[in-house]
Amino acid sequence: MNKVTNKPLWYILLSIAALFFLLPIGIILINSFKSRFIIMSEPFSLPTGESFVGLTNYLAGIEASGFFKAFGISLFVTAVSVALIIVCSAMTAWYITRRKTAFTKILYFAFVFSMIVPFQMVMYTLTYVAVKINFANPLGIVFIYLGFGAGLSVFMFSGFIKGIPREIEEAATIDGCNSLQTFFSVVFPILKPTTVTVAILNAMWIWNDYLLPYLILGSKYKTIPVAVQLTMQGAYGSVDWGGFMAMLTLSVVPIILLYIFLQRYIIEGVLSGAVKG
Amino acid sequence: MPLTLAFLVFFVLPFLGGLFLSFTEFTTVEDASFVGIGNYVKAFSTDSGFINALIFTVKFTVVSVISVNVLAFLLALLLTKPLKGVNFFRTVFFMPNLIGGIVLGYIWNVIINGVLSYFGVDITFSADYGFWGLVILMNWQMIGYMMIIYIAGLQSVDRGLIEAAHIDGASHMKALFHVTIPSLMPSVTICTFLTLTNSFKLFDQNLALTGGAPGRETSMLALDIYDTFYGRIGWQGVGQAKAVVFFVIVATVALLQLYLTRSKEVEV
Repeated sequence: MNKVTNKPLWYILLSIAALFFLLPIGIILINSFKSRFIIMSEPFSLPTGESFVGLTNYLAGIEASGFFKAFGISLFVTAVSVALIIVCSAMTAWYITRRKTAFTKILYFAFVFSMIVPFQMVMYTLTYVAVKINFANPLGIVFIYLGFGAGLSVFMFSGFIKGIPREIEEAATIDGCNSLQTFFSVVFPILKPTTVTVAILNAMWIWNDYLLPYLILGSKYKTIPVAVQLTMQGAYGSVDWGGFMAMLTLSVVPIILLYIFLQRYIIEGVLSGAVKG
Repeated sequence: MPLTLAFLVFFVLPFLGGLFLSFTEFTTVEDASFVGIGNYVKAFSTDSGFINALIFTVKFTVVSVISVNVLAFLLALLLTKPLKGVNFFRTVFFMPNLIGGIVLGYIWNVIINGVLSYFGVDITFSADYGFWGLVILMNWQMIGYMMIIYIAGLQSVDRGLIEAAHIDGASHMKALFHVTIPSLMPSVTICTFLTLTNSFKLFDQNLALTGGAPGRETSMLALDIYDTFYGRIGWQGVGQAKAVVFFVIVATVALLQLYLTRSKEVEV
């Protein structure tokens, strides 16, 4: 009986919580259709009559921030980095787990160690190195992400590979596969669940990362977070709030759409990432 | 192997270089001259802002870890009840976790300033506003993530144990505190670890929400280090020294926390 009588109360609590999670995004969305002059004075009013400006803010925001270019750069950096991280760290993890030498043991320890080092520790020297060797561009940053994503990814792949029986690989070797063939045709397909997790975790991190692209790519090749930050930083007192609201909305909406379609994978990926890490 | 090379060039080398530079004074790296522990002494001097940032960060971390975990756990309890629409709520609560720190920071910046504007002030008016603003933001972002972990934990708790407790006459509350929570300790370990390290290393949200204002009162450690590097000429060595201290603190806290909560986990 207890459960039945309490039901309305649970729904009320959940709905209040849901409102707390949805309202902020709703407010930004509503404001993105309002005249720039009343956003700061009446942030919670609805766009009615003359305060409704249609898509004006979107046009201004896209123009001022170069949003589509930023979107393209974000997409390029994220996609290439994630692909590279997956292939390279799966291979490295396989090598480390199957060949136990002093070198691979040290390497594994270094990868795990790198997971707890905060970015600020290497921020300055890393930027210096990247500029020195001409890696301060959208292609170069991909390799920096490879170095940084290595820790967690190798760690997760290694955990999974330890559970795969060696016999399968030995069978492939007897059938005449070299180690590269064995890896791609036998090992890599088995790793699929971990690959999905590693891909999601790295994509979320790289897509949203601000400091590294800001320091390495700067304002020349803005990613979305950098474009958002520079819009505010560059305009003391004279911010076009309308355009800015439109920009925030545009940064959030693609993520939410992707999330609605892929939520099962995303939630499971993040969950197994947390449990193993 | 390209990965090992990238790792060596972009992690190991900068790490060791950073360690070395923390003992030198430099502005362009090439001009580094050895100054011993001078940078560390400067880092802890009163005008460096580091101590202030450390206190602010610790306070923020304590409040966030407790509030995020308690609220996430309560939501997880609600969502493991046999209710309709559970999936919808789970989806909604998790969503903010996907939005980046900078964008999140500005979304809340607009909302908090909107509310405060009715009182004629804004978030830079007092460090308290910035502090609670960051706590709210952190809760908004992290609760859904932690909730997912707690839900997974709750679903794996042995129902039989809880029923046995009820048969033995335990109330709902008693069963919760003596059976459910103890068998949930692995989830608690993971969640405190994640909230702890994320709170301690917070940067993007801090930059976007307050930028450290008023003055540098709401700068957390990561932002303070960043400002020392890029905001004060001749202080790069001090920034690097702060970064080393920051690394040592983060590593110690993380390992200590893992050790302490692991020892509380019970075998069921």
